[in-house]
Amino acid sequence: MKFSKLFQHTAIAATLALSAGLSHSVEAKTLHWAYQGDMMSLDPMSLNETFTLGFQGWFYETLAGYDKNLKLVPMLAEKWENPEPTKWIFHLRKGVKFHDGSPFTADDVIFSWKRSLTPGSDMKGYGAKAKDVKKIDDYTVEVTTPGPNPILPRDWTFLYIMSKTWAEKNKTTEATNVKGGESNYANMHEDGTGPFMVVDRQPDVKTTLKRFDGYWNKNMPTNVTDIVFQPITQESTRVAALISGEMDIVQPVPVQDWPRLQKEPNVRVLNEPEARAIFIGMDQHRDELLFSNVKGKNPFKDIRVREAVVRAVDTNVINKKIMRGAAKPLGTLIADKINGYDESFGKPYKPDVAKAKKLLAEAGYPNGFEVQMDCPNDRYVNDEKVCQAVASMLARVGIKIDLLAQTKSKYFAKVLLQAGNNTSMYLLGWTPSSIDADNSLVNLVSCRNPKTAAGQFNLGGYCNPKIDAITAKVESETDQVKRNALIKEAFTMLRNDYGYLPLHQQPMSWGVRKGIKVAQRADDVLDIRNVVMP
Amino acid sequence: MLNFIARRIFQSIFVMLAVGFIAFAMFRYVGDPINNLVGQDTTIAQREELKKQLGLDDPFLVQYVRFINKAAHGDFGSSYRQRRPVSELIASRMPATLELSFVSALIALFLGIPMGIYTALKRRGLLSHTFMTVSLIGISLPTFLIGILMILVFGVLLRWLPSFGRGDVVQLGWWSTGFLTKSGWLSLIMPAFTLALFQMTLIMRLVRAEMLEVMQTDFIKFARARGLPERMINFRHALKNTLVPVITITGLQLGSIIAFSIITETVFQWPGMGLLFIQSIGSVDIPVMAAYLLLIAFFFVIINLIVDLLYFAVDPRLRVQRN
Repeated sequence: MKFSKLFQHTAIAATLALSAGLSHSVEAKTLHWAYQGDMMSLDPMSLNETFTLGFQGWFYETLAGYDKNLKLVPMLAEKWENPEPTKWIFHLRKGVKFHDGSPFTADDVIFSWKRSLTPGSDMKGYGAKAKDVKKIDDYTVEVTTPGPNPILPRDWTFLYIMSKTWAEKNKTTEATNVKGGESNYANMHEDGTGPFMVVDRQPDVKTTLKRFDGYWNKNMPTNVTDIVFQPITQESTRVAALISGEMDIVQPVPVQDWPRLQKEPNVRVLNEPEARAIFIGMDQHRDELLFSNVKGKNPFKDIRVREAVVRAVDTNVINKKIMRGAAKPLGTLIADKINGYDESFGKPYKPDVAKAKKLLAEAGYPNGFEVQMDCPNDRYVNDEKVCQAVASMLARVGIKIDLLAQTKSKYFAKVLLQAGNNTSMYLLGWTPSSIDADNSLVNLVSCRNPKTAAGQFNLGGYCNPKIDAITAKVESETDQVKRNALIKEAFTMLRNDYGYLPLHQQPMSWGVRKGIKVAQRADDVLDIRNVVMP
Repeated sequence: MLNFIARRIFQSIFVMLAVGFIAFAMFRYVGDPINNLVGQDTTIAQREELKKQLGLDDPFLVQYVRFINKAAHGDFGSSYRQRRPVSELIASRMPATLELSFVSALIALFLGIPMGIYTALKRRGLLSHTFMTVSLIGISLPTFLIGILMILVFGVLLRWLPSFGRGDVVQLGWWSTGFLTKSGWLSLIMPAFTLALFQMTLIMRLVRAEMLEVMQTDFIKFARARGLPERMINFRHALKNTLVPVITITGLQLGSIIAFSIITETVFQWPGMGLLFIQSIGSVDIPVMAAYLLLIAFFFVIINLIVDLLYFAVDPRLRVQRN
């Protein structure tokens, strides 16, 4: 009797479990994904770094975001308008829910903007793009900017919207501070509006995400239901995990492993050009170079020497020999995916060794000269090898390079402005965070100005007041056609001035299991909304 | 006795301070942490502000004294990279390292000692030659190469074992253990063997050398003369005398297993303290690096202290000298 009752219960339980399983119309698809490091924090305002922000974009969202082609598309704002040069109005999407179930309204936008300005935030720069954010009604906000800002929706593509009620409830109304002390709740928990929710977080070990059933966009292509993310530091281990089938997507795979991975039947390599421009800069600021055998003057102040440097280097050869043909040779500081790019100033310079030698002789260096070049060896794709190739090409015209390649922490500690720009020549890569040319003009081309923070990454101190004047116009021109014409004018002047030696857009390098459809976004962000598993 | 212990503890504290000092002196050459803490849009003024907040613009001695003072109160600050208290971070990573080290030490002992005995007793056997050759490889190949080879064979080609990570863990209070799950055990095999290989070779060679020496001594000859069975001579008399130095070395090696697990942990993405240290170097996470180095120094100091005290207890001559 007792036994049969037990049996009965078990049978009922089993039937229930089975039907519950069947009622799930979507089959569980778990994506196993590995990257070389972990995101730094779940708090979307603690660090302005591409990988961290890209990952956070799976559970937090912004007013406007990027689609798989880096085109600006509506996200939490359905549309926006720019009625006056200093005013933007955002019309918010209705019916959006945060992961805790609370509705998304204008209050959350205002709260998030304010939070981005708190002491621990690394997004203060984005917050400062607005002077004030006002609520017109629950689904309309009005943003006043300090000056005319033609690209505010772009500037804010990584200013994530958090739930005000959730933040207040969990006492995390200020961004997680580096100085820390007690852990901030938002550092380890999230409450966004994105398509996935974090269900388990073990920093540096494993992060598990689950599809959010209440997500507003039902037309998202992805069929992924669960995600297991694990950072794998060691390159060979990462590649092994992909080949062995433990991982579905790994980022990045070493360039030298491409031929081997292409022979694997279950794996493919994606290597589209990234939106990052790699270039070499020269110290054109000091009267005497810090690290050179030329005394009493600075050869890079002479346009003939700069042209000689540019003409001596064949970036097509570097692409073929070192980047396995996957880079995109470039003649300017912005990649073709960046708003404002134009073929007229973006094509590589024509290499000409004979002319380079002649120019050097004219400038008074018939036998060339020696100069030290700084190079990171773990920051960009094949960075040290690229530097070696440039050095050997420059040697052909008599410029002898003393190459100083070191780990990125050491490299940046030497060349950045706060360290006094202790460099005579350096390799750097740049992706404008707004995916707009204006950002590169301000950071890389503008004369250094401690007051406005312009030229902060202009490590060689290139300075052309005429370009600065155009940049100022770009900053405030709201007519997009006129604006693009100004951008073109500025970059054309830079090109004719031989201000930099542009090299290429480096390739991204993802290893993906065959059968998985994934859009390789040019900012190297894995766009989960477009991942489709077999 | 008390005097001796007090003096040893005093010396230990001095060692810890010295390690902290040297570590801190080196951190100035690791790079600029600020650049890893902020994005490219952060202005110079904000970077300077952050530097000031973190006390990184203070002179090196001020930073050192502040660190030691806080550490003495059990406060190791916050990790720059993870924005969590360092003590919490290290505590969450310690079980992984200790479990790995413990299993490695056991493997090294339980394979190393029998292999040592065998190669000593059957010096010319084929198996002995094989053991000796394998041990030579174990000693001469770098750990990361052995690890990568194992991943290639057992992870990629045969697909018997997971190529990275720790598998599923079970939380027992603050301790996370991989001993209670199948994937935990499977994940443990490769890193544990990789880490054990060098120690195993060391123990095997030590046992062999000691055993050979003991076998030459008079009391073994007398034992033989008394007609004792070979088995009894080998295991009762010879082995017992062999094990004293082996235990000493094994004790001391435990410290280095924990410390050397850095490479093995990196190769296998084993989420222990060694991997944490490597990840911290990459982003110039000074609080974590400092705490880790102090902790390792602490392990060594404690192990050495225990070994010294054991000697003191075991060897009467030491006591006589003190008096």
